[in-house]
Amino acid sequence: MMSTAEEVENQQIELQLLLQAIYLKYGYDFRSYAKASVKRRILHRMNTDHFPNISAMQHRLLEDVSFFETLLLDLSINVTEMFRDPTFYLALRKEVIPLLRNYPFLKIWHAGCSSGEEVYSMAILLKEEGLYDRAQIYATDMNQVILKKARDGIFSINRLKSYTMNYQRAGGQESFSDYYTAHYDHVVMDKALKENILFSDHNLATDGVFGEMHLIICRNVLIYFNRDLQDRVFRLFAESLTLGGIMCLGSKESVRLSNISTIFDDISKEEKIYRKSLSLDKA
Amino acid sequence: MSLISDEKRFEVVVIGASAGGIRALTMVLSALPEDFALPIIIVQHVHPHSGGYISHILGAKCALIVKQADEKESVLGGTVYIAPPNYHLMLETDRSFSLSVAAPVNYSRPAIDVLFETAIDAYYDKIVCIVLTGANHDGSQGAAKIHRAGGYIIVQDPITAEADSMPRATLAATPVDKVLPLEQIGAYLLQLINRSNQLRRFP
Repeated sequence: MMSTAEEVENQQIELQLLLQAIYLKYGYDFRSYAKASVKRRILHRMNTDHFPNISAMQHRLLEDVSFFETLLLDLSINVTEMFRDPTFYLALRKEVIPLLRNYPFLKIWHAGCSSGEEVYSMAILLKEEGLYDRAQIYATDMNQVILKKARDGIFSINRLKSYTMNYQRAGGQESFSDYYTAHYDHVVMDKALKENILFSDHNLATDGVFGEMHLIICRNVLIYFNRDLQDRVFRLFAESLTLGGIMCLGSKESVRLSNISTIFDDISKEEKIYRKSLSLDKA
Repeated sequence: MSLISDEKRFEVVVIGASAGGIRALTMVLSALPEDFALPIIIVQHVHPHSGGYISHILGAKCALIVKQADEKESVLGGTVYIAPPNYHLMLETDRSFSLSVAAPVNYSRPAIDVLFETAIDAYYDKIVCIVLTGANHDGSQGAAKIHRAGGYIIVQDPITAEADSMPRATLAATPVDKVLPLEQIGAYLLQLINRSNQLRRFP
């Protein structure tokens, strides 16, 4: 009988081969993702669709693009909410908005925006702070299907109650219901919020810089990457940010263990808000 | 032959707890001395916005270092790690932690099953798995997998549990190695680790 260690090792090999196949065939690179989460998603698909093992999925995925698309949705974790972590948005209002007021024109990159709830949250915040009209928001994700959902701005009504609470706890100044129209089981976000948002396809694992940014928001994306890929993304963000530009991460993510930690100063340690240093010599 | 060998029978303790868990965890952990050699990794169900209060409570009442597990942190012996609220806690094969905001499992995030299942990829059969009080069935599937992988399962005697569903669900899902009243679990764990790891060290 195979030992548990051997079984685990074999599965790791099958998993790596599967990720290699996805990369070679479709160009999506999950090879530098943290493996525990990827494996759980793959095994979930394997069990749901009754595959005998991971290798059997590999064959199917090479021949059937729709199966790959299913797997791609499985692999991108699209769990988000409006004003997720309200204290983060409070800190954004208090510590970051005053810095952004100095710019005549604002470029904001929301990297890994998923279905867009947090992009609309940012748009609302900018409206209330009087900065929306001078802002251009780039909302990117690697997954086209989820990006379309973000662009549509249609969300389930079930979660509105918790979103409204989040909005209030995040320092919201108006009535949250002003920002959407309710239809039966869903809400449609106000079109005006979308005017300055550009939704587009971008993969943090393979794509590069696409513009100079004043503010980058990338929350709960880096936790899925291994250390090397995290470092790549931090370098990408550092290159994209203007001097003094702001980078916001998820509450459990930190730039402090990366090899370019020193070029970022803390704005809020608690909320993981960083500022690219104003002096060039640190870079 | 090396005396500090890799051949220890057990190399990690994973614990799942829910309703009534703080009291139960306090009782288990306070029975362990500060030189307890294994890492202890805990998922206790908590409210998403509850902050880090559990590590403070447990840290004050036991001799070991207690901390919230950080993303990419390497697992060290003699340390108690608590899953952060609103994140799943997972183990990578290199024995470091990773976090995820994937959908709740068994209505829970962190979920006990997620920790238990990923622990197998990092520690194989060298796991002691403990299921304590709780009012749901989280942990039962993960414990069953750890059992099949060759790990050792201890379940709190449901009669001594503030909420008995979780221990009962585990007992229904898998054969276990030991069912113990809460107040005996800490001492038993200590004895189990000392005995089996010493046997391995001097074969």
